[in-house]
Amino acid sequence: MMTIFISRFLKHFIVASLLICTGVTNSFAQTEEVSATPTDFSGLVLQLATGSLSERAETVKKLAALKDNRSTVIITALEQGNLYFDSITNKVGIKDESGNFSDAITLSAVSSDISNFKKIPVNNSLRNQLRSLLSQLNLSSEDEAIRLSAVKRLLADGLDEDSAVIIEKQSASEKNKTIKSAMTIALALYQLKNTDEKIRIKAVDQLRGSLEPEARSALTETSTTDESEAVRNTAISALKSIENTVTYYRFSESIFFGLSLGSVLLLSAIGLAITFGVMGVINMAHGELMMIGAYTTWVIQQIFPNQIAYSLLIAIPTAFLVAGAVGVVIERGVIRFLYGRPLETLLATFGLSLILQQAARSIFTPLNRAVSLPEWMSGSMVINPVLSITYNRLYILIFGILVFVLLQLILKKTSLGLKVRAVSQNRTMARAVGVRASWVDALTFGLGSGIAGIAGVALSQLTNVGPNLGQAYLIDSFMVVVFGGVGNLWGTLVGAMGLGIINKFLEPYAGAVLAKVLVLVLLILFIQKKPKGMFPQKGRAAAD
Amino acid sequence: MLIKRLLLNDRGGAIVLALIALMMIIVPISNLVLPTSSPLHLSTFTVTLLGKFLCYALLALSVDLIWGYCGILSLGQGAFFSLGGYAMGMYLMRQIGARGQYGNPELPDFMVFLNWDHLPWYWLGFDSFGFALLMVVLVPGLLAFVFGWLTFRSRVTGVYFSIITQALTYALMLAFFRNEMGFGGNNGLTDFKDIIGHPISADSTRIALFLCSGAALMIAYIVCRYIVTSRFGRIVISIRDAESRTRFCGYKVESYKLWIFVFSSVLAGIAGALYVPQVGIINPGEFSPLNSIELVVWVATGGRGTLFGAIVGAFTVNYGKTLFTSYSPETWLFALGALFVIVTLVLPKGLVGLFGRVKKSESAHEAIDNENLATPEIGAAKIAEEK
Amino acid sequence: MKLKLIAKQVGALGIAAGLTIASFSAQAADTIKVGVLHSLSGTMAISETTLKDTVLMLIEEQNKKGGLLGKKLEAVVVDPASNWPLFAEKTRELLEKDKVAAIFGCWTSVSRKSVLPVVEELNGILFYPVQYEGEESSKNVFYTGAAPNQQAIPAVDYLMKEGKVKRWVLAGTDYVYPRTTNKILEAYLKAKGVKQEDIMINYTPFGHSDWQNIVADIKRFGSAGKKTAVVSTINGDANVPFYRELGNQKISAADIPVVAFSVGEEELSGLDAKPLVGHLAAWNYFMSVDTPANKEFIAKWKAYIKNPKRVTNDPMEATYIGFNMWVKAVQKAGTTDTNKVTEAIVGLEQPNLTGGVSKMLPNHHITKPVLIGEIQEDGQFLVVSSTPLVPGDAWSDYLEGSKDLESDWITLKCGNYNTKTKKCLGAAAK
Repeated sequence: MMTIFISRFLKHFIVASLLICTGVTNSFAQTEEVSATPTDFSGLVLQLATGSLSERAETVKKLAALKDNRSTVIITALEQGNLYFDSITNKVGIKDESGNFSDAITLSAVSSDISNFKKIPVNNSLRNQLRSLLSQLNLSSEDEAIRLSAVKRLLADGLDEDSAVIIEKQSASEKNKTIKSAMTIALALYQLKNTDEKIRIKAVDQLRGSLEPEARSALTETSTTDESEAVRNTAISALKSIENTVTYYRFSESIFFGLSLGSVLLLSAIGLAITFGVMGVINMAHGELMMIGAYTTWVIQQIFPNQIAYSLLIAIPTAFLVAGAVGVVIERGVIRFLYGRPLETLLATFGLSLILQQAARSIFTPLNRAVSLPEWMSGSMVINPVLSITYNRLYILIFGILVFVLLQLILKKTSLGLKVRAVSQNRTMARAVGVRASWVDALTFGLGSGIAGIAGVALSQLTNVGPNLGQAYLIDSFMVVVFGGVGNLWGTLVGAMGLGIINKFLEPYAGAVLAKVLVLVLLILFIQKKPKGMFPQKGRAAAD
Repeated sequence: MLIKRLLLNDRGGAIVLALIALMMIIVPISNLVLPTSSPLHLSTFTVTLLGKFLCYALLALSVDLIWGYCGILSLGQGAFFSLGGYAMGMYLMRQIGARGQYGNPELPDFMVFLNWDHLPWYWLGFDSFGFALLMVVLVPGLLAFVFGWLTFRSRVTGVYFSIITQALTYALMLAFFRNEMGFGGNNGLTDFKDIIGHPISADSTRIALFLCSGAALMIAYIVCRYIVTSRFGRIVISIRDAESRTRFCGYKVESYKLWIFVFSSVLAGIAGALYVPQVGIINPGEFSPLNSIELVVWVATGGRGTLFGAIVGAFTVNYGKTLFTSYSPETWLFALGALFVIVTLVLPKGLVGLFGRVKKSESAHEAIDNENLATPEIGAAKIAEEK
Repeated sequence: MKLKLIAKQVGALGIAAGLTIASFSAQAADTIKVGVLHSLSGTMAISETTLKDTVLMLIEEQNKKGGLLGKKLEAVVVDPASNWPLFAEKTRELLEKDKVAAIFGCWTSVSRKSVLPVVEELNGILFYPVQYEGEESSKNVFYTGAAPNQQAIPAVDYLMKEGKVKRWVLAGTDYVYPRTTNKILEAYLKAKGVKQEDIMINYTPFGHSDWQNIVADIKRFGSAGKKTAVVSTINGDANVPFYRELGNQKISAADIPVVAFSVGEEELSGLDAKPLVGHLAAWNYFMSVDTPANKEFIAKWKAYIKNPKRVTNDPMEATYIGFNMWVKAVQKAGTTDTNKVTEAIVGLEQPNLTGGVSKMLPNHHITKPVLIGEIQEDGQFLVVSSTPLVPGDAWSDYLEGSKDLESDWITLKCGNYNTKTKKCLGAAAK
């Protein structure tokens, strides 16, 4: 522990000192001091490691110009932050995924001491330059994904005379359709600047239907500034067809955003729907049970720091058990004395929520905890250039629905569910036929709390994990339950998704704050119209 | 005469009122007359603190009136309190005049630096104290009237009512946080200078505000007492105990509920208006749903359905808060949380219930009511009946 | 009998209050009391507890050096619990009851605004260590955090020059600091020739957690063919979901860099910094700055807090500078008397932790360097640009109402002097 800290500490200082002496003081002052600049590969690599940030930019250019195969490796490593330098032995090393180093010049594994390797810092402008360079070097890469991203990069940067020639040559032999069409668009964008009107019209036609933002902005420009009216008109009609498609996708995007917000509401409200809806207990500590779930995720990640990918799979059942157990304790310790007095449970559980919050603050400090996103949860699924769906939201949406289905099954198909429903509908009668009502109460409350814990795991992937996590979602969850109709899980589902979508459709017009206010006002008015929510409980249960 | 009759059956109330009256005599003397060196001198800090407590007590009283006597648990009472506070705050802002940072005689500072060029219409009139006072009463009252009319008419009761009042105050909080609203956004209204021509930081003004708060509390107590012992009050109590039966007896339950709700929110508004000049700031944080829940706990702690219990509760909890946040900040939330739990579990009648049957002399039905609230079975039956 | 008990209880309030006051004034002479007014509970505890510990550490250190004026320093810690009226109340308690010589405290603008009238009324001293929106200068307050010209404007300059940014998203939480900062930046950008359609302004509520469509909007805004950057004044808790959404929607720092004014080392320690690499922050201090003074400060802090992983941040440095300036001013004045100390402190110099020497200006702001840092994987910043010392400007030159105002507590004895009408505005005007 201590040594790790010290080595980090040292690394930190050395990096910082490098920066202060080289980066900061020199970054503006120095320009092109030509002092015996090396031109061979190994010399350039060494200079890359020792020079200042802006010198590095020049060196990289030279490296790329060498047309050495190793240059690509070095530049890739630098871009990804995997290039290290040992100032004592003057060695430059590349770190691979497993943490081993190989010599940057010979590409052979480094067997000697690697503790002195310090990362070579890169800033944004250098990173940008590296990416552009890489895209040119990678155009002929074997890997299709790399090739595609190289073309996309060029497309965004805009082609120049040289790269246009290369792309033209490459596109003739390109077999992959996606890459080829990206190349066509890149070329068409380049040809929009051609002096020949016919070529320009042809280019506009090629851009028709492309959803690339670059194509759209280029067409917008052409449609207003091009000197030829024919070109302008073609551009306008091409733009129109693109805009229609974009509107359609944007609508789908809003729906997804709404569903995603809805799924968060669903997860946080569904546990409440059980404790509040089925048992008639207003659990103000519901938010804190979510907080417990979120902290559980963090603790699991601390215990298994190398298994981030699976941490969530472990965290879900653990959070269910931990929060469920806390729930059972709350039920046995406090709530069972308060059945039939919903307003009193509200106060007592609010007290519990304060205690739990302060306990979290005492145990975990008031600072937020960093919960990592597993690899498979980050990033997004690109459907086309205007519509992409982020994985974490997508998984949480699926997860929310899964939890909902599971809960329905538990309530409808298991004997526990039968008993829960029996007790909630008519306690005395259930007891008369031999149901242990108090035991069922404890389990039901535990179930609701456990689900709150699971919701906490999901929330830890979206937002801060801190003592205030629960509070933020409590009122929203109550609204969902009341809107949907108490005692009806389907109501909760429809309520959550409905509120999510309404919110997301109002937001672009009203702004985030006003949208929320409007939703609340609508909700208040809605309750006047339907005091028992969208799907009121019918029959005996409702009459009690 | 009337007062005497009202307090005859209410010894707890009489004692609490006497204590407040005593405080109103001692505090000004000890703050203004006694020299600072005297050990009995009360600092201005203590005066404003007690003044704040008096406002809280008035607020708690307004909650007890509807919760303890009508069974309406509003988790949005803080909204009416804050609205009253804002109305007073707006008056105080207008009094600053050209003494703001930018020396603009027309606009408050926050409007100047957000480039507003004229005063929005809803700020007009607030330079007059009388108008501001009218608004202190009118704005919370009107909101309560509209809100109550909508909810009671559609028979939203019990926890549903609690939750949508919570939504109300939450929505207001979010709205007041918006800078476009013209109420100073998150910073709210502050840096007040004068009230009706008197500098707000002068000791004499503070004492005057303190006395006003005390007087307001005492008058409000007597009026509440009058209401709950009147015929109107008895019907309200019967609504609490058996809403359907009362309705079947031919009473218009909705209007009774509506009027007592409106009255209570006006009380809350007045409390807010007295609170703002004493603490020197009003901001949207006051609308926070947590505040409203906390004040319900003051009432529960003191003992609900007794009126004076609310006052005792407000003083005790807030005094505890002041002590804890000075001497042992980390444990305050533990203590407050535990208080919530203990009061609901062990002390359903609150602190005043601790001292035995205070109600010996109270009218018989009230004693039974409290019994109802305390025992689960009857309570449950009552709630079942309500539905 | 039992009723008497109630009576006693209620009566006890007044008596207890009276007694505590009496007992406090008795022991005031032996030590110099220093008030610490930071929220230890509630929403702001996350940021403010660190500053409480910083002040306690500095006091402990000063006492080891023999205290001040031959007396020991004694910290009076109170908890305003993130409740703004309580800030005012606690300030009154500190000044009136505990008779503290100075208060170190506040974080949010609203807490400062709440405290301000009380500090002025009771003639106390407040050191405010957080970057803020400016537009204020009080005789009794010393602003050791950055004014907008010490943070926002240099950051925008950097992006314009180095990043060649042409389109700007000004995203912030809806409260006074982002509002004012964005107003200033908007005016500044327009003065630099940026067109209205190239500026997008967006406000979100506190703790906003659903950033999906705002980030999608930013992405769309940024794909118009011009280099785009986001200037973020998003506060505290809303940052984690914001950066997460940016990362997941694959907006990298190389495409659309985000420069933040409220994200520092401590905030980064609460989130996974990997997706944020390359995004920027502008502060007057970074933990990664390598100077002997900073090294010593970090070592002391880690030892004091007994946690080798704890980080330092900008408001801590501001607290450090403020505390040391106060100590020097008291030594110079030979007393803790407010009027003498406020006079003595102007012009005093105190080495900051980044290698320069900060100076207290007559407008009660200090000179500070502005550093721009890029976020690194380990949650630290790589300093990519730094300016010489910039004097803090209380009244922005880019806002209509305040460009003619000037603050000078030495020669003009005024916090808001209008240079056109030659008048001191505000309360002093009458």
